[in-house]
Amino acid sequence: MNNNLEETYDAVVIGAGHAGCEAALALARMGIETIIFTVSMDSVAMMPCNPNIGGSSKGHLVREIDALGGEMGKNIDKTYIQSKMLNRSKGPAVHSLRAQADKVEYTKQMRITMQNTEHLTLRQAEVAEIIVENIGVSENEYVQANNELSTDNNLSAVKNNSSTGKKIVRGVRTKSGATYYAKAVIICTGVYLNARCIYGDVVNHTGPNGLSAATFLSDSLEKSGIPVRRFKTGTPARIDKRSIDFSKMEEQFGDEDITPFSFTNRAEDIKRDQISCWLTYTNETTHEIIRNNIDRSPLFSGAIEGTGPRYCPSIEDKVMKFADKNRHQVFIEPEGEFTNEMYIGGMSSSLPEDVQYAMYRSVPGLENAKIVRNAYAIEYDCISALMLNHTLEFKDIDGLYSAGQMNGSSGYEEAGAQGLMAGINAGRKIQGKEEIVLDRSQAYIGVLIDDLVTKETREPYRMMTSRAEYRLLLRQDNADLRLTDLGHEIGLISDERYEKFCSKRKLINNEINRLSETMVGANKKIQHFLEEHNSTTLKTAASLADLIKRPELDYICVEEIDNERALIKEEAFYKENISKEVIDQINIEIKYDGYIKRQRMQVDHFKKLEGKRIPKDINYDDVKNLRKEARQKLNEIRPENIGQASRISGVSPADISVLLIYLK
Amino acid sequence: MTGMTDTIAAIATGMNQGGIGVIRVSGNNAILAVNKIFIPKRNGKEINKLDSYTAAYGNIVNPIDNDIIDEVIVLVMKAPHTYTKEDVVEIDCHGGMQVMRDILHLLINLNNIISKEVNNNRLNNNNVEDELLRVRLAKPGEFTERAFLNGRIDLSQAESVMDLISAKSEIAAKTALSQLKGNLKNKITDIRKELIHNIAFIESALDDPEHYSLDGFSDKLKDILNDKLNSIDHLIETADNGKMMKEGIRTVILGKPNAGKSSILNVLTGKDRAIVTDVAGTTRDTLEEFVSINGIPLNIIDTAGIRETDDVVEKIGVDKSLSAMEEADLILYIIDSSVPLDQNDIQIMEKIKDRQVIILSNKSDLDNVINEKDIRKYLDSKIIEISAKEQSGFETFYEELNNLFFKGRLSYNDEIYITNERHKAALVSSAVSIKNAITSIDDGMPEDFYTIDLMSAYEQLGFIIGESVEDDLVDTIFREFCMGK
Repeated sequence: MNNNLEETYDAVVIGAGHAGCEAALALARMGIETIIFTVSMDSVAMMPCNPNIGGSSKGHLVREIDALGGEMGKNIDKTYIQSKMLNRSKGPAVHSLRAQADKVEYTKQMRITMQNTEHLTLRQAEVAEIIVENIGVSENEYVQANNELSTDNNLSAVKNNSSTGKKIVRGVRTKSGATYYAKAVIICTGVYLNARCIYGDVVNHTGPNGLSAATFLSDSLEKSGIPVRRFKTGTPARIDKRSIDFSKMEEQFGDEDITPFSFTNRAEDIKRDQISCWLTYTNETTHEIIRNNIDRSPLFSGAIEGTGPRYCPSIEDKVMKFADKNRHQVFIEPEGEFTNEMYIGGMSSSLPEDVQYAMYRSVPGLENAKIVRNAYAIEYDCISALMLNHTLEFKDIDGLYSAGQMNGSSGYEEAGAQGLMAGINAGRKIQGKEEIVLDRSQAYIGVLIDDLVTKETREPYRMMTSRAEYRLLLRQDNADLRLTDLGHEIGLISDERYEKFCSKRKLINNEINRLSETMVGANKKIQHFLEEHNSTTLKTAASLADLIKRPELDYICVEEIDNERALIKEEAFYKENISKEVIDQINIEIKYDGYIKRQRMQVDHFKKLEGKRIPKDINYDDVKNLRKEARQKLNEIRPENIGQASRISGVSPADISVLLIYLK
Repeated sequence: MTGMTDTIAAIATGMNQGGIGVIRVSGNNAILAVNKIFIPKRNGKEINKLDSYTAAYGNIVNPIDNDIIDEVIVLVMKAPHTYTKEDVVEIDCHGGMQVMRDILHLLINLNNIISKEVNNNRLNNNNVEDELLRVRLAKPGEFTERAFLNGRIDLSQAESVMDLISAKSEIAAKTALSQLKGNLKNKITDIRKELIHNIAFIESALDDPEHYSLDGFSDKLKDILNDKLNSIDHLIETADNGKMMKEGIRTVILGKPNAGKSSILNVLTGKDRAIVTDVAGTTRDTLEEFVSINGIPLNIIDTAGIRETDDVVEKIGVDKSLSAMEEADLILYIIDSSVPLDQNDIQIMEKIKDRQVIILSNKSDLDNVINEKDIRKYLDSKIIEISAKEQSGFETFYEELNNLFFKGRLSYNDEIYITNERHKAALVSSAVSIKNAITSIDDGMPEDFYTIDLMSAYEQLGFIIGESVEDDLVDTIFREFCMGK
């Protein structure tokens, strides 16, 4: 390629999907001169699969992204067409926010934000090469080589081998040969690397929605010593709204009182008319059609080699695996306000086109369905995130980061969360500041990244609340209390927003303290109040907080016996800062106080182990008595601390004891 | 793995009879926990008000029923100037296994006892104070390990500590394995399976509320949990028996049918426990008795006579005898001196020729028809003539026992005891977790709160059979429930 075009930026982001956008915005907002590449200007923050943001545990991620100063929450608040808080009847830890998005609008709004952010350049081009320079041998390999032969020959062999050794990233080169130098490069290529879309025996070598796949970058990565592997996922068909008989389906409404994703928005400011989703079911006929044609599925015939996710099975997977279920739910979700396309949730497939028609049309309400886009499976290259540090930087390539589906995760929210953290850490590195790693007790983001870089994932990784050990602490309602300090310190939360947040926090704490200290006696007034609320009368004095702990009482109703409340309500500080969120927080913190304290104690244990750092140059072959499997895993993953080591599968508690003793 | 800040306790002296026994407690909760069970005498100070390196004299008392367990001296040593660099309390008691075991047992169950008491008096089961009394049984070598990790011992000692710990865990692993033959493991596996299935169901519903509904599930779950609780309580009882079984020198009585094994056991224990008849093959199962002979603890296992048999029931007994024999520290081989050695005797002697054996030549009240030379062809062990019927010759046997024990040729180790106590502790703690979940159901807490306690029950049970949690939950969710879009 004869192209002398050269430019220099501080940071380069490859790919403008959900990870790339968060990464680039974080960098630019930190004042880092950043360029972000996309294969198409029309696919910025595109949602090629489900038309919604959030859901169980994913909603938590979005709230955390927002608390740290990311964009996803704000963007969905601008573009939602239906909003719902899931699990309202369950505990506050599993309340999960989910919103249907207007896909086109979502893309457009994100692009507008990106194009109007200072220090940020959005560029359409395919990156074909990552420029990596060898600067010597990594400590890890040095130690290993030293152990293997202990000769200078071997060491120099390691040094000269282009696929091993300590390296540093210098920039990227586009398919057209232009060179962009940078101190940091973040790979956010999603599902585009060597992508293949498949249904039946039709194979398209494209990314989602027929966008061109990136076909050069995988080779470049492998040359830099980064092996890629093959993952698979899929999406259902989109059907023309006019061909659907909604009278045969159940209507699914949004919440009347919505909750915004972003802590910067108030519900009343973003309230709008909502659009319904619809519920219908598959039946035995559907399953029969699938079973009769299963041999024509590329998944079953072996044409697809990639590993698919268990949590997001195709309809043919569900029918074959759960043969005893005689029906499966199908959600019909609008893709936007100004399109007739409806997403058929629950029926992703890679069966041939004719079978797709037959099976969709067997579903009540879809008898006359016209398909707008076929369902398909997509296969793509990604890396094993075990190669990354918790900052999402490659262990052996200085300045090179990776985020999103490239790391073997799935989901817009998981991608956004990683993109944000990769952006923050790349920016901090350029600024010469300390890296920022969220741990498992701080945020779902911490759980997500720790799982990715510690545990071997054999399928695209999706967030779940059951993956978070301390989920009582990691609630979506307190994401701001957990993370806003950090967001402000990083520079992504403005002083104005931070001050407002501090006042909110102060009011919550003041009220909780006051309620815990305000005692009420077993007098007539109190007993009467309790009887009226069907609550057991008091035998001895109790604090107002003790009373709020009772299921039938809360902050609002105890106002009647809270003598100071009237005065406090008149205070300017109270008036300015009281909100539904503040009241919720007071209730939750008081009501679940016992459980919360129990989790805090578990967290203390956890922190002790996280605090025990393992030196980077440790040679596990020197550690006597480690079991072979543990030694092998530890060598591969090279955990940063004892806590992380203990989470590696194949490393037993006995191995950890051995390691602890060796380290002292 | 367990955190490093929790408080641990163990019997620090060897478990011999008589003399002073020391129970050592180390960690943040050490002083508070011991304070809870200690009542000073002569207007002494409570131990949480004592200066470091001072002692107090008083009683160890069960805080619930105020039963006095033992009169003790308690030594308080405060961090960081202690062996482990943590707060350490040592309880010097009169010794005797039973007393030390009772005190240790009280300590490691303290938080459960207290929280149960507290629970009876109020609705809310969230009590932080419980945690401040939490003490668990120390792992083998754990005091030393802590001393090491807290920088109390220098690097040069590392290797020996290491060897110690790994050697001990080998013994522990072996014990665990032998104990887990048969039903126990299956039972625990079954309970765990059902627990994880139900947890996974709840989690599936939380993760995908539009697919799975939890309406009415609580009542069903409560029945299941009560059922599991019964099974665990039953296992805890078995564990008590199992514990007794493992505490002394494992001594197996062997001999052909009707050689007088059960009669001898009765003499040794002073009880009429084994069914003694003249019909060969009466003792069809193994019987276990714990006796202390001149202070030497023996855990005596009477076995069915070993012989080739077609009787199915008796065959099981014979198999058990053989396996008991393999695990024994000491074998008492009984021969009937009134009849000649037969093929059966020879078979047995060949099986035990490399073991620690004392030969008891029974029925010395009758005519001895066996020549010592006949025995020597097979066994080189000491032969003692006794008569179970006339209870004669036993003094000689006791002397020989003393002789072996004090020459160190017979030994037993407390790790076997520890292993059992830990298994029991795990069972108890899993039962507490399940009870917590039931309380949450009764209190009308949302379903996501159940799984926190149920996961910890699952984890504790797994600990007994050597399985960790890892990704079991997520795997079960995907395997058993159809998820997602």
